[in-house]
Amino acid sequence: MSAGTPRSLPSSGQKPIQDICHPLSAEECALSRSPDVLNPCSAGERDLILPNGTPVDTSSPASSSSLLNRLQLDDDLDGETRDLFVTVDDPKKHVSTMETYITYRVCTKTTRTEFDLPEYSVRRRYQDFDWLRNKLEESQPTHLIPPLPEKFVMKGVVDRFSEEFVETRRKALDKFLKRVADHPVLSFNEHFNAFLSAKDLNKRQGLALLTKMGESVKYVTGGYKLRARPVEFAAMGDYLDVFTQKLGTIDRIAQRIIKEQSEFLMELREYGPVYSSWSSFEEDLHDPLEGVSGCVSNCSSALEELTEDMSEDFLPVLREYVLYIESMKNVLKKRDQVQAEYETKLEAVVFREDKKTLVPSDVEKCQDRVECFNADLKADWDRWQNNKRQDFRQLLTGMADKNIQYYEKCLAAWESLIPLLQDKQDAKGETN
Amino acid sequence: VERTSLLKMMEISVAEAEKRTGKNAVNMQETYTVYLIETRPVDAASEGTNPVPDSLWRRYSEFELLRNYLLVTYPFSVVPPLPEKRAEFVWHKLSADNMDPDFVERRRVGLENFLLRVASHPDLSSDKIFYSFLTEENGWKETVFETGFQAKADSRLKALNATFRVKNPDKRFAEMKHYGDELQSVISQLLRVRARAADRLYGVYKVHGNYGRVFSEWSAIEKEMGDGLQSAGHHMDAYAASVDDILEEEEHYADQLKEYLFYADALRAVCRKHELTQYELEMAAQDLTSKKQQREELATGTIRTFSLKGMTSKLFGQETPEQREAKLKMLETQIEEGEELVKERNAECEEFVKSAWVDIERFKEQKDHDLREALISYAIMQISMCKKGIQVWNNAKECFSKM
Repeated sequence: MSAGTPRSLPSSGQKPIQDICHPLSAEECALSRSPDVLNPCSAGERDLILPNGTPVDTSSPASSSSLLNRLQLDDDLDGETRDLFVTVDDPKKHVSTMETYITYRVCTKTTRTEFDLPEYSVRRRYQDFDWLRNKLEESQPTHLIPPLPEKFVMKGVVDRFSEEFVETRRKALDKFLKRVADHPVLSFNEHFNAFLSAKDLNKRQGLALLTKMGESVKYVTGGYKLRARPVEFAAMGDYLDVFTQKLGTIDRIAQRIIKEQSEFLMELREYGPVYSSWSSFEEDLHDPLEGVSGCVSNCSSALEELTEDMSEDFLPVLREYVLYIESMKNVLKKRDQVQAEYETKLEAVVFREDKKTLVPSDVEKCQDRVECFNADLKADWDRWQNNKRQDFRQLLTGMADKNIQYYEKCLAAWESLIPLLQDKQDAKGETN
Repeated sequence: VERTSLLKMMEISVAEAEKRTGKNAVNMQETYTVYLIETRPVDAASEGTNPVPDSLWRRYSEFELLRNYLLVTYPFSVVPPLPEKRAEFVWHKLSADNMDPDFVERRRVGLENFLLRVASHPDLSSDKIFYSFLTEENGWKETVFETGFQAKADSRLKALNATFRVKNPDKRFAEMKHYGDELQSVISQLLRVRARAADRLYGVYKVHGNYGRVFSEWSAIEKEMGDGLQSAGHHMDAYAASVDDILEEEEHYADQLKEYLFYADALRAVCRKHELTQYELEMAAQDLTSKKQQREELATGTIRTFSLKGMTSKLFGQETPEQREAKLKMLETQIEEGEELVKERNAECEEFVKSAWVDIERFKEQKDHDLREALISYAIMQISMCKKGIQVWNNAKECFSKM
């Protein structure tokens, strides 16, 4: 174990998590084996090797940080010099005369100088998250902004205050803030800062409304026609189109499976009790039949858990990505518009009749804008692709896990029944 | 003393099924299935020579004929049932068509089971008609009809379908009949719900096959994720395909339950037969009592019970002493005959109760054993299904983790 280099990346070989130093407490790393460090590792020892068998990559901090993200060690160990940690938890219901709503606690730990304090704890409601996202979209139009969970829920169909719904939402909001916090540009956004630190957002929102007008003027571009979309951005658009389609299909399949499973569950709930009523008029067969009834009942419960989990954990993430892709396509459109504006203005200058006037700085500004946009977008695209890979790996592995757990529960139930079924037979054999 | 059952001396199997076409009773072309019954003496195999078994072809209707004969000839036996005539309790994938190969195969197994059960029954296995069913292809039908069982069958059917009230049924038989009713009802319900559940389970598995297709399409636009997705998709296809075998096995369990569904009927038939014999005894006894009463009235001249004769004699005048003498004499003969009849019927009843109860006890033990075995094999089936599921999803998980 290396007692030497502080802030060493966890990637040098396949080190156990205990041996990795906390970037903010380098001197202690050789000595500290504190329980806090050790606690989360029991779940994750094996995860420091990328799932395909290769050791954690030194050259891409994104992968190691996302890897650790998965372990949710958000305020512990990290490969990069992460200095901003955000969590969303502790949902609470607020009842007032006007309305009822949920607030979440948003906790921040940071060493960044942009923040006045190293720690914050504020309460925010969905509206506030929505405000933040809008501000980010406006103020950082060249970047891909992570999505929020769906805003509108059909009243009467979904219970907005049920534990399951609130938990699903909380997870999505937590993921949203983490993604923003991980972004090298977005995380420094002033609105983000305000969101995390301000006691009272309302005033800010008022101000924001005014500035909203001003900012939006910046990137309003008229209907310019685009000559030729660069290949890489065209490819992005194509990819997003197909990907969105596939996600839609997967969503439909998952829903169908849940429906079929629910109907199967209904039948099981009728099936089990029949064995019970049969046992009531049998003597020798009474216990075996009761046993089967109990088994079927256990399997029913396991199936119910599986369907609930899929509804709560799987479907929302899919839908989130569809929203993500929607907003990404909009960004791509904006980029097209910026490029189109530049091209048109450039053309106008090139073909201007009056050769005396200098090339307007306007055109230069446009060119800058295009280049910035392209650069930001490319960087964000790569980051997005990486995150997408992690997210879907996690999502699908989770789906597999849930199914495995379901079958394991059923297996245990049936296996424990066998000795019960065989029991009397042996006894009978002896008395005979 | 344990009677040697036929099965101890002879190997019996229903080895094959074949389609035939021929002309039926009304001279129309029909297609039907015949089943090959093979028999071989038990010692032949143990000697190691392995001779060719004797064999003959029979169709379902001949099995029915055999069973009807046994029902009539051994009314105190719980006669093993035949596999169902038409496919009942089907779920959507199963064909209700009698010509469907899966149905024919399951019927072949059911017919073999029927023969084995009869051959191991203490009373039925030594029946000559049964033996010739297994060994004489031609002329068997005629032999059966020559026994004259058909007439008995018709009257038996009539009697069993009639409604009558028995004053003093044997309590045990009444309970058994009630048990038979309950068993029939609960197994029917079980089979119905199971069929519906099988339908749903089929749907769950098959829809997962769609994942296979969409993962494949998705993998086409991915670089690093592509391989993992593609291979995971294959596992989803395998998962979807696995349900066919699973449900095929479950049909076997359903068949085992069905056998006892039909057995419940056979049990009830025996109880009903007891009621019939008891009823006939009671009728004979009642008739005797009324005749004795008539004699008393005639002898003492007192009319205690209303009778048409009494009324007419009142209206149209009393009989002469000679007429009365003649009547008394007739009554005496009738009473004698009646007492004989009652004795006969009483003996019949006792005999029936004794034999039937022995077979019912035997049946009870067989039922407990068989159903317990069926439940064990059902549990084993479920365990196998769970293990397969775990394996497939673990394989898929591995692919996902390589994405």
